[in-house]
Amino acid sequence: MHPAFSVIFLTTLIGAGQGLFLALYTGQLYSLARLLPVQSESFYALGSIIALALLVAGLVASVFHLGRPERAWRAATQWRTSWLSREVIALPAAMGLILLYGLFHYLGWTNPLFVVSETLPVDITLIVGALATLASFVLFLCTAMIYASLRFIKAWHSPLTVANFLFLGIASGFMLAAALSAYMGTELVAFYGTWAVIATLLGGVSRGSSLYRNSRFRCKVDMQSALGVHHAQLHQKAQGFMGGSFNTREFFHGKSEAFLLMIRYLFLLLVFALPVLLILLAYLLESSRLPVAAFAIQYIGLVLERYHFFTEAKHPQNLYYQSMA
Amino acid sequence: MTQLALVIDLNVCVGCHACVTSCKEWNTSGWAGPMTDLRPYDEDPSGTFFNRVQTYEAGIFPNTETYHFPKSCLHCEDPPCVPVCPTGASYKREDNGVVLVDYDKCIGCKYCSWACPYGAREIDEKQRVMKKCTLCIDRITDLSLAESLRKPACVLACPTNARLFGDVHDPNSEVSVAIREEGGYQLQPEWGTRPANHYLPRRKTRIQIHEDELVRADNPLKKEQLPTPEAGETLDDVAW
Repeated sequence: MHPAFSVIFLTTLIGAGQGLFLALYTGQLYSLARLLPVQSESFYALGSIIALALLVAGLVASVFHLGRPERAWRAATQWRTSWLSREVIALPAAMGLILLYGLFHYLGWTNPLFVVSETLPVDITLIVGALATLASFVLFLCTAMIYASLRFIKAWHSPLTVANFLFLGIASGFMLAAALSAYMGTELVAFYGTWAVIATLLGGVSRGSSLYRNSRFRCKVDMQSALGVHHAQLHQKAQGFMGGSFNTREFFHGKSEAFLLMIRYLFLLLVFALPVLLILLAYLLESSRLPVAAFAIQYIGLVLERYHFFTEAKHPQNLYYQSMA
Repeated sequence: MTQLALVIDLNVCVGCHACVTSCKEWNTSGWAGPMTDLRPYDEDPSGTFFNRVQTYEAGIFPNTETYHFPKSCLHCEDPPCVPVCPTGASYKREDNGVVLVDYDKCIGCKYCSWACPYGAREIDEKQRVMKKCTLCIDRITDLSLAESLRKPACVLACPTNARLFGDVHDPNSEVSVAIREEGGYQLQPEWGTRPANHYLPRRKTRIQIHEDELVRADNPLKKEQLPTPEAGETLDDVAW
């Protein structure tokens, strides 16, 4: 498939945004259980604004993918059958809830509404945060299922696609949370850094598995099935046109194997190896700059990772466009 | 239920592209139009087509056979492009099974083209919506036309009658009989999309001729060359 930068930025930006929110809420839950020191409201508010900004940026990027963005509202109607439609609903839902979460923290509405079992004080941010967490996970699922549900594209049609979107989104979000805590000078750097490393390693396992899987399988259909001509040697002589077409532009990446191999090694380095190393170094050196660098490097790596994700997909329609004449 | 479809006879198609041009001519000015061309007379021309004729070669020279392969939307009975559409712009008509795009609802997200294993859908760069073969829906449902003209433009244009049009659910229709009796098949049946359009395979017409049928023992033109029978007259000699 041809990698569309609008979709690459959409999926990486909202992944980081959702991950950042999940990091904030995880921090709040830990502090509620007195495992972590309680953070200032401004930390949650600023974090939520950044998460929201990432989601909005992703939404803006997605608009460039549409031919008719002015009709995009219609895309919410087919949620019964289309994962894309479900994403169109889940994204604004997550954005709204994260906005409310940040707003309530900013306004300081943290007086407990009620106390469960005399130990767990429940305030409005905890409830909204739980809903936003649910929305974030649903959004991860929807985004990934857009690709994983296409049964003709075998490279994507796998639970590994969902795992990759989930783990890599969470990894970049926690990485950003670590960067934010380091920048704001809170004590959560080690906490977020640890979880970011864990998510990155989980993502490394799932992404490595999908790379391995995609390097080995054969497509279910071949030229014989595509044409219904059962001859061992079939060659295309003409595509039916002399210039290009949508079919030759949308479904081919047009990049060499060597280039893609370079992209693969680069993203493996930038997404997995370097950020983990930088977080480790930051922990040892107690640096406040290195987590920021770790996030930035991992994000660039994720853009490359998503680029590679698109080039991995081999569409069966390409069987009809084997050679120009 | 009616399921309109094309049956394309690869045994007869000569690859003249008359179906391609007639399709473009009818549809660019009709309900499904325009079918925009980009840079038609410049470098790197591009354009929207509902139907293309591709050419394939089977075998290695000199033992080759050429296949001209017209390719358009197959109007699947279980179309994978329809459920993925986020706006409901892609739909399959209940009454005749034709898969269509509502240009007023389409947002041009291209997701349906990803979901079609046949590459039957193309985005119109100018109108920025997804387009595809409509089986000339504005023609086949136009009751003001004579019944013989209520067929897709490609079918009417085909000079070798390689394209048949009809209801594949009606067992007595021309297309059903052709599929049944001439070995009609579907493309990429592995996916379970059940394309309504079928293709008829190349067919060889052979007759069995035995050696003695080529050489007539009693051929009068070869009388002198015939070996003399050893034991008097044969039945052949007296037959005439």
